Amino acid sequence: MKTFSMGGVHPEENKLSAGCPIRQAALPKQAVFSMFQHIGAPAVPVVKKGDVVKVGTLLGEANGFVSAPIYSSVSGKVSKVDVALDASDTRRMAVYVDVEGDEWEDSIDRSTDLVKLSDRPELDSKAIIDKVKAAGIVGMGGATFPCHVKLCPPPGQKAECVIINAVECEPYLTADHSLMLEHAAEILVGVKLIMKAVNVQKGYIGIENNKPDAIRLMKETAAEYPDIEIVPLKVQYPQGGEKQLIDAVIGRQVPAPPAIPINVGAVVQNVGTAFAIYEAVMKNKPLISRVITVTGKSLKNPSNLMARLGTPFSQLIDECGGLPADTGKIIGGGPMMGKALISTDIPMTKGSSGLLIMNDKEARRAKVEPCIRCAKCVGACPMGLEPYLLSTLSSQHVWDRAEAEGITSCIECGSCAFTCPSHRPLLDNIRLGKTTVMGIIRSRAAAAKS
Amino acid sequence: MNRLIVSLSPHVHSGDSVQKNMYGVCIALVPAMIASLYFFGLGAAVVMLTSVVSCVLFEWAVTRFILRREKVTVWDGSAILTGILLGFNLPSTLPVWIIVIGAMVAICIGKMTFGGLGQNPFNPALVGRVFLLISFPAQMTIWPVSGSVAYVDAETAATPLSIMQNAITEGDSGILSQLPDSLDMLVGRTGGSLGEVSAILLLLGCAFMLVRKIITWHIPVSILGTVAVLSAVLHVADPVYASPVAVLCSGGLMLGACFMATDYVTSPMVPKGQLIYGVSIGILTVVIRNWGSYPEGMSFAILIMNAFTPLINTYCKPKRFGEKPGKEAAK
Repeated sequence: MKTFSMGGVHPEENKLSAGCPIRQAALPKQAVFSMFQHIGAPAVPVVKKGDVVKVGTLLGEANGFVSAPIYSSVSGKVSKVDVALDASDTRRMAVYVDVEGDEWEDSIDRSTDLVKLSDRPELDSKAIIDKVKAAGIVGMGGATFPCHVKLCPPPGQKAECVIINAVECEPYLTADHSLMLEHAAEILVGVKLIMKAVNVQKGYIGIENNKPDAIRLMKETAAEYPDIEIVPLKVQYPQGGEKQLIDAVIGRQVPAPPAIPINVGAVVQNVGTAFAIYEAVMKNKPLISRVITVTGKSLKNPSNLMARLGTPFSQLIDECGGLPADTGKIIGGGPMMGKALISTDIPMTKGSSGLLIMNDKEARRAKVEPCIRCAKCVGACPMGLEPYLLSTLSSQHVWDRAEAEGITSCIECGSCAFTCPSHRPLLDNIRLGKTTVMGIIRSRAAAAKS
Repeated sequence: MNRLIVSLSPHVHSGDSVQKNMYGVCIALVPAMIASLYFFGLGAAVVMLTSVVSCVLFEWAVTRFILRREKVTVWDGSAILTGILLGFNLPSTLPVWIIVIGAMVAICIGKMTFGGLGQNPFNPALVGRVFLLISFPAQMTIWPVSGSVAYVDAETAATPLSIMQNAITEGDSGILSQLPDSLDMLVGRTGGSLGEVSAILLLLGCAFMLVRKIITWHIPVSILGTVAVLSAVLHVADPVYASPVAVLCSGGLMLGACFMATDYVTSPMVPKGQLIYGVSIGILTVVIRNWGSYPEGMSFAILIMNAFTPLINTYCKPKRFGEKPGKEAAK
């Protein structure tokens, strides 16, 4: 069975909510829409206090090419445009909407009938990309990179295949899994749309073999699309990393930065993104909701919720049995790459794939011991780096050497720190080094220009 | 609500620990330890016990009274492991006071002077052993015959290694007929340091470490492979050199390849470097054994390559992701 070619670890899967059907989360009383739900320039609010909005009303418009618009996911009245704590633990500009009823913009097709690509022969690449851009779709796996940017290859680059990331290699998370089980047909139409948008004849959907039911269903559903291949993958973290997935599926390795997937002819999109693209293009529905896994060993009912963006996390937790008394840490995303939150009063955003509640015992890091030079971090690194060395160089501020040793290639997957028997904070140090080195590279480029 | 803990990802850990690895190696040594008790009886018990207890005590004393560290780290298992390995490298009739000196050199000079666990450039147990070999050559090269279970006045005999060296210096391949048969050497029914005699049980321990992913195959396989190939070539070229099977099963080769050279702290970090390190140890061992003045070359070979480890780490880099485009193209 296929997998990526170097490094990797196998954390305990803990997919507590696997097989739980997607539940509709209740509407919030107040929804808060951060203008920073994507990588790139933040959206600019276009509403003001007192404005009446419906589901699908534009709240913030994209500011530049690498940016995405934000739509209201609820109907009601704008109560203020002000800063709010968001999932990056920072206070940033947001639109607050007090919810009244559930009125939708008339342009949105709310029926559940499947619309296939053959039903809409007039759609061409440009029409699809424009629709995706207008709908505010971003990478739904958590990276939140504006989707249309990836669908427009830079000049001189040609896409050869589309790879759909349905790996969901983060422990605990089952959002993509449940989405595949319930919306396989829609996802496949979404994949066809992506293939049409970037004008390629071949699509792959990579799924780890810990989801045999999803693999089976996707294979059955994809039978009518001979150009889409379902690729079962051996379970191995971080297979959901873009570069690892391309390596696993088509056996090509993306060179070190600044190279990107398109340099090896691949366009990678998350399975949730494919579904969002289907809804945007075929149903005229902007990105206003998503599936989020709310989970944790002490949580009463770990669930997969279809929730409106802007819903506060505290409400989602209440829908799954309430915050356990022994809560020690709340993580936005999965346990390997997610971010620890400082509060539950944070609204859900486009990149919220999971909410993991850890109990106090799980949440604490073990005591750091001296490095015994066991080289397990070197063996675990999926990028062929030497984490022990990068960590030391970073903590000693030896930036030039850290750059030479490839620190900017680090994908911050955490395999090194996960595997370290001495519990050393390898990734903490490497992140510091990577950020600093990237700053140095940028200022050097700026100096060279001027 | 409780105060939330905030830290950077990853938020989960494999559960591996220094202790698990150190005690894992200790467990891997248990079969050979039992064999040594069977072959050398009381002597083996006295030597190993003295070695382990004094290593632990010296580490405790140094951390407590010289380094004045608040947390004493003797239970991380590394001192116990050094003690076992040092004991394994000694003849079972060695006087207690010499063992204590060996343990002191191993822990105090070999390990703690550099700052303790993870900092030492040389394998501490080997530092102790080589110190004793040079300081007490007479006591260190009297090996009781296997099966003489007394601690004092045990019956002694030439080890396979000295028989092999004799054959080379005399240029008489007939001397090799004094070697025990291969089965005895594999099982350990032969003279030697107490832990090194049973090749098969050491290999069993090595297999355990490989299965538990405590070590990777690179170092033991490259050492044993190199020695096997070189001694096969020599044996074919001139029969005064012993057969590869006899060479592999004699002396400290198996113990060294599986347990001493694989020491985390003093071996290279990257597989390519580990192979260079292993092959070099293999070559040095064969050279010292056949043409050096000591019959055993394993300890020296490992210590020499320990010294090269930082250099190997500097120049041997893993293959970075994306360095070479993959073979399979998209259809």
